[in-house]
Amino acid sequence: MAAPVDNAPLLLLADIDEPGLYTREVYERRGGYESLRAALQMSPAEVLEQLKASGLRGRGGAGFAMGTKVSFLPKGAMDKYLVCNADESEPGTFKDRELMQKNPHVLIEGMIIAAYAAGANRSFIYIRGEYVLQADSLDAALAEAREAGYLGESILGSDHSQTLVVHRGAGAYICGEETGLLDSLEGKRGNPRLKPPFPANQGLYQGPTLINNVETLSTVPTIIRMGGEQYAKLGTETSTGTKLVSVSGHVQRPGNYEIELGIPAREIIYGLAGGPEEGRSVKCWFPGGSSSPVLKAEDLDLAYDFDTLAKAGTMLGSGAIIVVDDSTPILDVALKTAKFYRHESCGKCTPCREGTNWTVKMLERIETGEATPMDLEIMASVQQHIMGNCLCVLGDAMAMPIGSMIAKFREEFEEHIERARMARGLGTQAGSDLALAAQGVPVEGAH
Amino acid sequence: MSAAEDRLSSAQAFALGGLPGGTPRPVPRYGHGSRVPGWDRAADLEKEPAGIPDAETTDVPADLRAEIEAHMANYPDRRSATLPALAAAQRVHGWCSPEAIEQVACVMRVTPAYLESVASFYDMLETSPVGRHSVYVCTNISCSLRGADELYEAMAAAAAGDGEINVRGFECLGACDIAPMASVDGVYVGPLSLQDVEPLLEDVRQDRPVLPDKQLARRLVADPRANSRQYPEHPAQHEARSGVANLELPTEDPGTAIGEPPEDERPGPTAAIEEPPEHHEEDKS
Repeated sequence: MAAPVDNAPLLLLADIDEPGLYTREVYERRGGYESLRAALQMSPAEVLEQLKASGLRGRGGAGFAMGTKVSFLPKGAMDKYLVCNADESEPGTFKDRELMQKNPHVLIEGMIIAAYAAGANRSFIYIRGEYVLQADSLDAALAEAREAGYLGESILGSDHSQTLVVHRGAGAYICGEETGLLDSLEGKRGNPRLKPPFPANQGLYQGPTLINNVETLSTVPTIIRMGGEQYAKLGTETSTGTKLVSVSGHVQRPGNYEIELGIPAREIIYGLAGGPEEGRSVKCWFPGGSSSPVLKAEDLDLAYDFDTLAKAGTMLGSGAIIVVDDSTPILDVALKTAKFYRHESCGKCTPCREGTNWTVKMLERIETGEATPMDLEIMASVQQHIMGNCLCVLGDAMAMPIGSMIAKFREEFEEHIERARMARGLGTQAGSDLALAAQGVPVEGAH
Repeated sequence: MSAAEDRLSSAQAFALGGLPGGTPRPVPRYGHGSRVPGWDRAADLEKEPAGIPDAETTDVPADLRAEIEAHMANYPDRRSATLPALAAAQRVHGWCSPEAIEQVACVMRVTPAYLESVASFYDMLETSPVGRHSVYVCTNISCSLRGADELYEAMAAAAAGDGEINVRGFECLGACDIAPMASVDGVYVGPLSLQDVEPLLEDVRQDRPVLPDKQLARRLVADPRANSRQYPEHPAQHEARSGVANLELPTEDPGTAIGEPPEDERPGPTAAIEEPPEHHEEDKS
């Protein structure tokens, strides 16, 4: 078993359990809001340069370079918006929850700096409705920040003004998708929008909008403090910095860990999270939430960074590692995953609405012994037809893991199909009888 | 029996989802003969569509009106306040009843139909009457790997017949580190075992804080390197919240604590690792 990596610096989780960190007093004693003061001394363009130099990539799932995203917003005087995506609903992800609950001020500080760089004056935190404690923590911190003059008109004597509102959602996975989130924030059903136009041009209330994840924005004060170039020295060349990973499932110590990007996945799963319990081994693991194609035990030595995982045909996503050990049939994992996406599909695009539904039905047929190995082909083709054919990637988010499970665990699926058919009294002979019956040929002495 | 009849019957049986040897599986249908729910509540086409309620004749509790108006003031477009407003009305009425919808519509100056379209989209907005207390049991992948399905069934069975408690299987609640877990009136508790079901429901019935030892708010972060010193457990959520509201500092004097040398001994896992649920042992396949 690998030892925990000791030399990785902790930027987000350092002393996060210090009592009272959620208050401004303790946060400021630890150097809080110093980065904001420093940033307001710079011009917005200089702040943007720091963000670009840091190479920080979005921590919400897509991994898009944050500095580049900020620079997409049009220049000039107009209503621009900054929205923090705190909907965190990707199964397996719970890193933002820890940050918002225990250190809400770092997010607020990061949002003020990011809004200053982007020229945005109105900002919102869209937090999922289930996070009651976290939203309360943010609301209390906001009240303190307003009182101290960090929000409002002419912040700290600069010409930057900003409002910030915590908006609580009401339970919908799709509202974590950026355009679905915008519709929901405008008070509508959370249906995704057609892109382009991208939110950077036409987002909230049709104005240019910057949308970033909680972890991304919470990293901004650190970048200003360290300097972008210094931050970029952490991690790998294209995946800079540290990342929070949420490890869950069949591990002995599930929870949030902060790692330097590029360390082997084995060190996270076995070294930090303790691996599966004694006598069990890793069967498969989702490297970035339940939307990411699964990897097998032999992939545990892959470096955990954006590009290595992309090359391996999967993605780092939100950094949520879900470990499945060898006691769980792959069918259970596939069915659970597919059912989730069926429930959460908003129903706007046909391939996703129908594809998720039929995938669940076909998987259930395996369990009841009604499926034949041919169904695997059909299921794989359904996944192919969902991908890239919808407004948003919710359908893809089911198609990718299910497709990867069928490809990587095909033998187990076939065995499962055969076993379930036998249990139903449909041996090989009965199977052929069934096929004949389907063609309308009468069968003597059918079971 | 002629060959034609025999062919017909086996084809019919197959079409019904039945297989030779099994009984045909009937397709569930609703009272009106459709397989789609909701069609039996046909719209009354004679009725005038509901417009924006008249502010003079609609009675809205003053507190609710004030809360909704405060939310509306937060946004450039008043319709952005739809979700917080509906949530507020649900707290007052217990669910998004026609009356609740009408009151929100009256304050926000939108049609009830618009609000219903929104309310029906979100899981946490109830469109039919439910119990006063909500118990959401997460049944998504990480929790189900650790026995959430059994937990949900036990919870639903134990609360069956109690109209005050609304037990629901819920999608990922974002607390896979305490799997299997539940959100009880917004308070996260876990990891739960089947033995916790009765004490949890009893706490709910008595309006007590739910399983204080298992509340998420008390947990320290899992990363053993995160804290340079040993910190006390966080206070339980209800205490923490009132602490947040009053901005009280904890009793420990942090000023002296901050100079303390880092503990050599790293804090270990913050909670006992749950015994694996039984189904992990037996090979399902």
